Amino acid sequence: MLVQKYYESERFVPDKEMDACGLFGVMHTGGVRFGGRMAIDAIKNMKVRGSGLGGGFAIYGLYPKYKDYYALHIIYQNKNLAAKKIVETFLKKHFYVVFDEEIPTNPDIRLFAPPLAWRYFVAPQKSGVEEDVPDDEYVISKVMYLNSEIEDAYVFSSGKDAGVFKGVGFPEEIADYFMLEQLYEGYIWTVHSRFPTNTPGWWGGAHPLSILDWTVVHNGEISSYGANRRFLEMHNYYCTLHTDTEVLAYAVDLLMRRQGLPIEVVAKIFAPPMWEAIRYMSDDDIELYTALRMTYAPLLMNGPFTVIVAHHNEMIGLTDRIRLRPITAGARGELVFLSSEEAAIHAVCPDLELAWTPPGGEPVVVRLHTKDHLRSLNKSI
Amino acid sequence: MYDCLLPEFVVERREDSCIRCRVCERQCANEVHLYDTELDRFFLSEKDCVGCQRCVALCPTGALYVHPRQADYRPNSSWTRDKMQNLKKQAATGGVVLTGSGNDKPIRVYWDHLLLNASQVTNPSIDPLREPMELQTFLGRKPDTLKIEISAGKAKLASEMFPNVPVQIPLVFSAMSLGAISYQAFKSLAMAAKEAGVLFNTGEGGLPVEMRDEYADCAIVQCASGRFGVDLDYLNSARIIEIKIGQGAKPGIGGHLPGEKVSDYIAQTRMIPLGTDALSPAPQHDIYSIEDLSMLIYALKEATNYTKPVSVKIAAVHNVAAIASGIVRAGADIVAIDGIRGGTGAAPLATRDNVGIPLELALAAVDKRLRDEGIRNRCSVMAAGGIRSSADAIKAIALGADGVYIGTAALVAMGCTLCHKCYTGRCNWGICTQDPYLTKRLNTELTSQKLVNLLRSWSHEIQEMLGGLGVNAIESLRGNHEHLRGVGLEEWELNILGVKGAGE
Repeated sequence: MLVQKYYESERFVPDKEMDACGLFGVMHTGGVRFGGRMAIDAIKNMKVRGSGLGGGFAIYGLYPKYKDYYALHIIYQNKNLAAKKIVETFLKKHFYVVFDEEIPTNPDIRLFAPPLAWRYFVAPQKSGVEEDVPDDEYVISKVMYLNSEIEDAYVFSSGKDAGVFKGVGFPEEIADYFMLEQLYEGYIWTVHSRFPTNTPGWWGGAHPLSILDWTVVHNGEISSYGANRRFLEMHNYYCTLHTDTEVLAYAVDLLMRRQGLPIEVVAKIFAPPMWEAIRYMSDDDIELYTALRMTYAPLLMNGPFTVIVAHHNEMIGLTDRIRLRPITAGARGELVFLSSEEAAIHAVCPDLELAWTPPGGEPVVVRLHTKDHLRSLNKSI
Repeated sequence: MYDCLLPEFVVERREDSCIRCRVCERQCANEVHLYDTELDRFFLSEKDCVGCQRCVALCPTGALYVHPRQADYRPNSSWTRDKMQNLKKQAATGGVVLTGSGNDKPIRVYWDHLLLNASQVTNPSIDPLREPMELQTFLGRKPDTLKIEISAGKAKLASEMFPNVPVQIPLVFSAMSLGAISYQAFKSLAMAAKEAGVLFNTGEGGLPVEMRDEYADCAIVQCASGRFGVDLDYLNSARIIEIKIGQGAKPGIGGHLPGEKVSDYIAQTRMIPLGTDALSPAPQHDIYSIEDLSMLIYALKEATNYTKPVSVKIAAVHNVAAIASGIVRAGADIVAIDGIRGGTGAAPLATRDNVGIPLELALAAVDKRLRDEGIRNRCSVMAAGGIRSSADAIKAIALGADGVYIGTAALVAMGCTLCHKCYTGRCNWGICTQDPYLTKRLNTELTSQKLVNLLRSWSHEIQEMLGGLGVNAIESLRGNHEHLRGVGLEEWELNILGVKGAGE
């Protein structure tokens, strides 16, 4: 447990960071890869939602050439080469590293204290008691180890054929710094612009937050953070980045990947219907929703939030149970958009066919080769 | 009986206001006021006054004034008046000094050193008058995960759930047995629990047969060391079965209901002969170790066909965290922790005031231990012992409790004034007595309404504070230490509580 492992008392667990933010996500449901222009322009359109203290992108379908390998994006704060050495020794011991390189950056873009960013394409090299551990679990445990045990080293992302680029700055500056528009294509782009309210930005704290190929961008403050964090610690997730978003990312991983629950159900765990509403459901649903609320009460995400969760084949938008933070969905052909503001969607897609606002707790699920996102359309406000 | 014992209270009568109605005389079971018709004058027996304020409250002209008698002996910080009086009582009788109700010693009340958070700017506070504010809580074991089947795009629950009991407000009336308290008080608790959608706890004195149909849905029945009134029908007339291992007011010792109090009705309910002493042994004589406890837990589950959660109540003692963990592993669905300020109908004074630890520290330690071991979801944790207000209750939940037991607070709502004389059987308020002349003072309709009002006002207050924190469901506050800060506490205390200091 985090407390047991790292702190004498819960009293010493650092405060979480609080922020308000802008979010945008775009996905081609046909799986066609495209460049970063739309994501960058849309988030620029919502400039007041950020304060230049954090921005970032998650891209899926990013590394087709290495799509069978876990792509680790690791940053070394203060360009700490000693940390890099420790990490690389660790990686060599626990993984087969098939290729690694510095993530190319544009030296003309001046950002606040940029770290050294490196990417490694790896396959698990298991030994001893870990032979039988599934690959994903194995990678997670190693990522958790790196994040919590090695100073100045942080794993930004660890999924296959996907990656996170983030840092301190406005998102469009981050995009220029990593030259996203010139170098990369993907079929899902999510982007985040951060407005922290209690801390200066730091590179690790920027969004998206990620574990394996799951990424989360989030706007809001989760007032139930403490309760959520403690529950996740029981399942060996250590919230080392101390942001609300991190709990969301780990909760998504726990429920969807490890426990295999579908997002439609997970949405009802994060933002459950009121007891008063459950009372009037069918008997089967009363049983289901009561069991969900009972069992997963500590994962109810309370307080204002909007979140865009993505992994391969899926992009999901969700807002809190009483919709204290906005989210809008839009669609044109096979392109589906999720955004904090509708204007940002129109700005990058002038011939938009549909735009709708889902109610609190109702997920917009955008799936590859389906029209599942339209399910939330008839429930929209 | 006692030589040279000074009265504890001064009783003053304003002669110019007194109308000689003799209410005081009739109301006082201790016979403090005696009216002499010939002399048209009241005589006082001050040494018998327990300071319960019944006569003061009922005097129609406000002519009476009862207050503690100060500083009779030479003031002494070490040899206080209490200590000296007790020595004199012991010298006179050679017996154990008894007391009732909860610990009144100035042991730190941590609730008063914990402060709650509220939302400002970054997240909106929620107005409970306009938005739903959910307090419903489930008591019982929760599974690690759920199996959900999806067919035709519709999700359906495929796992079987452990039995859980919903309470509309996470407040439950503490164990107070029939026998310790009057039938009227007992019935009032049951009626109030039923109306408010919460639970009451029968204590170890059984549940009268004629109450079973009506109140089984809101009863927690206790199975204590005396096994009074325990049979299959009793166990099945409940939502939850509680094994009582210990009580916060008297950890490590049992109970004693004197034979004089064992009336026909109580004898029947407890299934013991009329007029015999009802002795609860200190330990449960079939539980000498944790595996014995496990056997009893499963015996009770078998007896009720696994339809009811089984709770185990322990007193907060030094290694409470390890004990609680063992209890959960033994199969308990609920662990109730009773702190040193918990009440009692009768206990040796030395035990009540000196044995056990404060609930706050015990609760934080238990919750942390269960989480560290990854078994917190396997049980609900109930906090008991000295919860005085809605603020104490909400702080207990933030420290990690699922629900809160309220005993003394409920008694006070019924009329109790904490005179600490529960063990005498002469409760002028009709609560802690079996004397029909006294018990009829309690009207169950009116008293249960007071209790319902108490629960309602607490739940409103909890909703206000919860909304202020920016959450709209009680489960989002459970164990959420981030919303607590300590003031005036030492470092080790903050560490145990797992709470930052104010400003940190």
